[in-house]
Order: sequence, then C-alpha cells, then structure tokens
Amino acid sequence: MDFSSISRRRLLQGSAALTLGTALGARTAAAADTTIGFIYVGSRDDYGYNQAHAAAAAALKKMPGIKIIEEEKVPETDAVEKTMESMINLDGATLVFPTSFGYFSPHMVKMANKYPKVRFEHCGGLWTDKDPKNAGSYFGYIDEAQYISGIVAGHTSKSGKLGFVAAKPIPQVLRNINAFTLGAKLANPKATTQVIFTGDWSMPVKEAEATNSLIDQGVDVLTCHVDGPKTMVENAARRGAMVCGYHVNQSALAPEAYLTGAEWNWEALYPKFLKMIASGEGIPNFYRGGLQEEIVKISPYGPKVGEAARKHADEVKAKFLATGLAIFKGPLVDNKGKTVIAAGTERGQKDPELEKMDYLVEGVIGATS
Amino acid sequence: MTSEVADSAEAVSVAPAADAGFLQRHGATIEYILIPGAALAGALVVFGLFVALFGKNPIDLYFYMYQGAFGTWFSWQNTLTRAAPLILTALCAALPAQLGLVIIGGEGALLIGALSATSMALTLPFAPPLVVQIAMAAAGMVGGGLWILLSGALRQYRGVNETISSLLLVYIALAILNHLVEGAMRDPASLNKPSTHEIGAANMIGTIPGTDVHWGLVFGLIAAVASYVLIYHTTFGFAARVAGGNIRAAKIVGLSVGKLILTVCFMAGSCAGLAGMVEVAAVQGRTNANLAAGYGYTGILVAFLARQNPLAVIPVAILLGGINASGGLLQRRLGLPDASVLVLQGIIFVFVLASDALYGRIGFLKNK
Repeated sequence: MDFSSISRRRLLQGSAALTLGTALGARTAAAADTTIGFIYVGSRDDYGYNQAHAAAAAALKKMPGIKIIEEEKVPETDAVEKTMESMINLDGATLVFPTSFGYFSPHMVKMANKYPKVRFEHCGGLWTDKDPKNAGSYFGYIDEAQYISGIVAGHTSKSGKLGFVAAKPIPQVLRNINAFTLGAKLANPKATTQVIFTGDWSMPVKEAEATNSLIDQGVDVLTCHVDGPKTMVENAARRGAMVCGYHVNQSALAPEAYLTGAEWNWEALYPKFLKMIASGEGIPNFYRGGLQEEIVKISPYGPKVGEAARKHADEVKAKFLATGLAIFKGPLVDNKGKTVIAAGTERGQKDPELEKMDYLVEGVIGATS
Repeated sequence: MTSEVADSAEAVSVAPAADAGFLQRHGATIEYILIPGAALAGALVVFGLFVALFGKNPIDLYFYMYQGAFGTWFSWQNTLTRAAPLILTALCAALPAQLGLVIIGGEGALLIGALSATSMALTLPFAPPLVVQIAMAAAGMVGGGLWILLSGALRQYRGVNETISSLLLVYIALAILNHLVEGAMRDPASLNKPSTHEIGAANMIGTIPGTDVHWGLVFGLIAAVASYVLIYHTTFGFAARVAGGNIRAAKIVGLSVGKLILTVCFMAGSCAGLAGMVEVAAVQGRTNANLAAGYGYTGILVAFLARQNPLAVIPVAILLGGINASGGLLQRRLGLPDASVLVLQGIIFVFVLASDALYGRIGFLKNK
C-alpha cells in the first residue's frame, strides 16, 4: 500500500466528514490497541455455529484495549477476501478470525500471503507446513461432547430410537454421528441412530421435514449437525420429542425437552489466544483440543435427565478431563458389517485417520452416499 | 464582469425556446437517466429513514456507503471485483428480455459454466496455460449457453414458461454440481469441503495489472458492449426487438422467431457461463458449493434496474457492487445487520419498478 496516498485520502475523508457535520474522524481512529475482525458465514444470532463465535467475540469486547469488528453472512467467495482486506485497510485489524470452513483455501491463504504482518486464525481448517506462517487453524474435538450427549440420550430415550439431522456426509459430521451413537450404545446397547442428511449447512425447510420424519418413525431423542439447530430443536420440542443441542446452548428454545448438548467453548479459547499473543509466544499454527483443553463443553442437564444418566455421563466426562479417553477404538464395525478399526487399535483424538472418516458405525441407520 | 452577467441574462431570456427543443429531441435519453436517477435517490432517502428508525444517523450511513464503495482506491477495487460477475449474469437476463423473455436462471448457467470450465481444465493437464484458459472459457460459455438454451427450447417447442423453467433449472444445476463434486469429480483430499481437483495455479487468469480486480471485469465490459452493438446496431438485434415487441407481427414479416429465441438464449447463457468460468479461473481455482453465491440472482436485479439495456448494465452492476462492498462497513461501523443491504436493494428495486410508469409522462420532455 502506498502510504502517502492513504494519508491524502484520509485527509479527504476527514474533510468530507467535517462538511457532513459529523465527528467521524474521531470514530475511525479508535483508541483501541488491538483491532480484531470476526467474519461469519451466517447470521450472528443463528442459535448455532455463528452464534457460538459471536458470543466469544462479545466476551472479548469486554477486555480492555481490544476493539472487535464483525461482519456476518459473508459468502465463501472473493467477497471474504475483500472483507478481510477491508478490515485490515479501513479498520486496522491485526488479527482476523475467518470462522467458516470454506474461507480457508484459497481465500485466507491468499490474504495471509498478501498481509504478512496480520495474524489469521481460521476455525476448522487443517493448517500444514505449506501454508503461511502468519496463519493458523484451530478446532475442537466436539465429538467428545457428542459422545456424552449420546450417553444421556441413550439413557433417556424410551424407544431406543435416536435421530440425527445432519448437513453433509463429511468427516467432521460423520465423526459426530458416530460418537453420539457409540455414547448411546454405552447406555443402551440396542440403541440406534437414524440419520438424515439435508445436503447443506442451512436448509431450515429440509431440517424441519427431517425432524418430523424422524419423529414419525418413532425417534424420541434428536440431535443435529447443521449450522443453526433452532429449527430442529423447536420442531422436535413441539412434537413432544427430546433434544440434545449442538454448537451453543439451545435450552432457552425448549426448556423442557432439552437434555444436554455439545457446545463450543470459544469464550474460553479466544482470551487464551490473546494471552499467547501478548506474552510473545504466539498462537500455535495448528491448535486442537477437546473437553480437557476447554475448547468444547457440555450444556447443563435438563429436567428430564434422570439420576442414572447424569451419573454415567459425569463419570465419562471425568475420564475425558483426566486422561483423554479414546472414543474410536477397535474392534469397531461400520453399519455395513465391515471392520473399520481392528481389535487392539485405539485411535486417539489427534489421530489423522479420524480426520478422514467416511463410515457410519454399527447402530447408525443411514448411508454416507 | 458586467458584460458576462448581461450575456448570461440574455442567454436565459432566449433559453426557453432552445431548451424545449433540446429536451424534446433528447427526451427519451434524458428520461433514461433522470427517472432511474430519481428512483435511486428516492430509494436512498427511504433507506436513510429506515436506518434512522433504528437510531442510526443517516448522514453517517451515506458517508460510510460512499467510503466503503468509492471512497478509496481499495474501495473502488472492492466494488469492481464485486461488479465483475454481475455484469455477465445481468446480460443473461437482459438479452432474452429483448425478445420479451423473462429468464431468471442465470445462477444455473453460472454453475454449469463453472463445472464445464473445470472439467475442461482437468482434462487438459499438460496443455499450455493459454490453451487451457481459452478452452475453459469456451467450455464455460457452451455449458452455460446450452443450459439457458434448454429453457428457450422448452418455451419454443413445448410452450413451457421460460421464467419458471429457468428458475427450476437452477436447482437442477445445483444438484448436478453437488452430485459431481461430492461424487465422481471429488478430490479425495478435500475432506470437509467436497471440491473438485484444483485447475492449477498456472491456469489461473489472474488480475488486471496494477489492480486487485480480476479479468472477469474486462470480459464483462466486452460482453456488455458487444451485446449493445448486437441489439441496437445489427439486423439480428433489430429482428430480436421486433419479435420482442410483437411476436405475431414478427412472424408475419417472415422473421424466424424460433431461431431468434434459441440463439439469444444461448448467448445469454454463455454470458453467465463465462461468469462461472471466471469464478473458477480467477477466484476459487476449483469447483465446489461456494460457487452458488447468488451472483445469478443479483444479476436479475441489475438487468431490471438497467431496464434491460446491455450498456446500462455496466454502471448499474458497479452501483450494486458498490452497495455490496459498502455493506461490510455498514455492519462494522454502524452495527447494522447484514440484511440491511438486502433491504436497500429491495427498496431500490421497488422504486425502479414503480418509476417505470413515468416513462413518456414527464410533461416538459414530451413532444407536443
């Protein structure tokens, strides 16, 4: 960027602002030390994926010397590149959180190369050594929380039939479905999970149809992996079914029907990131963790969760917190009868094989394609 | 000084007669500028009131809109980048409109164009970049062209309403894209974002030198000017407009309306298909669900605001690109929700449609 021309433009802007009779100059040059940009693919109040990030951004706003700027509903096209650039050029952002998976490549990588002094932290991507050093990716093993939701669901379901409304059969989603089912089978070995894929991240009509269809088939506890669980939660509660939430706590939408839920804990993670930067050590380029690392959490149990379920779930949670339990271990058979993890093999959370998951475990009714 | 004042006073005194002649001679052109301009200004005022209802200062609003869209060189580039695909997708609606066809399926042609262009690039792994790029553009245009041709053919041979069929074909195009991207064409390494293989950095068409704006803008400008010449300065275009004005009269004078419909639909789809190719070759580098970003739908808005004039599409696309570019600043500085940009677009659309009734009715522009 040509700084001489910027200052000239700033001057012009300033004079324009004065002629318009506003105190804009003061507003553009904010007193904050660090400006952090958050970019969301959906709306900030979706009771889901984007809200989880926005809630954490709101928590950061309270910290001194931090200015948060946000933009919602930014598509995963060159629009997000321009949004990042605009945050950097017009607002002086030095740390940017593009929070949607599709922002990573090529968009964020391109911007990280173009603005080497700005730090980019991407949620969900798989950062490798080939990617720019001023970029990083972080994510949580939310399947741990889904596993515990599964235990609660398995105990609470009367029919033993659980339902899962899912977006796409990609590894992250399959991992959640499988963890939920394995958890449920701990509680009730006969439990099954019927899964319906809607085909995209935000399809409220299809999500409502899937919810109804699952309940029509006798499912009495539902959970989901879509961007905004609101549709599923409200519809299931209306039909008298119970729900396990996802992304954020949805108990306000269905106080009676809400059992528990798998939540992101970005409110805990982002302040840690800022501390890492302040201390000079910096954020590791590849950052992952689960319950133990406080990247994910579990919603408080709802009124319908019985004593046995609470006890069982708490026990397993304690194991995650203490030693880090492996959810996926052999012998594990998929729902077509094929052994996917051999007896004696234990796949810990960081195992890269799990990032490539392409099967549904025994007990899941549904197909990946 | 005094003589000048006297001169201008004299000019004013003779002005009415001369001006009336000028206004009447160029009445149509002036209307084309005055009416949409007034509609736009009206829409901005209403949007300002709307924003004021939320307790924000409308003056801030206009300032940030200006700053975000046109206030700096960066903002200009942001605006032009966003305008580039809109020019091409707008032509997809504007060209068939000459024949009286309302095609709203540009999004589908864009997706099929992107898919065709990607397939072409992936089948030519060893060809030199220029060859790949030209082949991609050709494939994108043919793919998109055939897609809208389907709507034209359904209309011509089966009497199916082209508006409905082109819209429904968007969903089919999206389903085909998802099916291929998640199946046959999937790069196995694209784990959580199913995508095709990349076309390769060497095959990317890059940006216009000295800017951040990709070559799609130039393609759009060329296509818009060429369409304008075609529609207003060739016999083909004249025939199309005759058919658009009165299809029976066109048939009586011996125009082959069917051929016109099919050709124009193909050209329209080619424009949107080219936009798809550009999205792949200049932005995404591969095909995945990200391509369905709604450029096809915004293009319809552009075409209607431009009153289906291919040349007017250019400034209107830049205007809407600017509105979209400033949307981010409105969110960040004023705390307005993203939907506010959609509200503004909606208000503009309503104003422009309503202002249609004014053409030929402005007294001082009329020929008596």
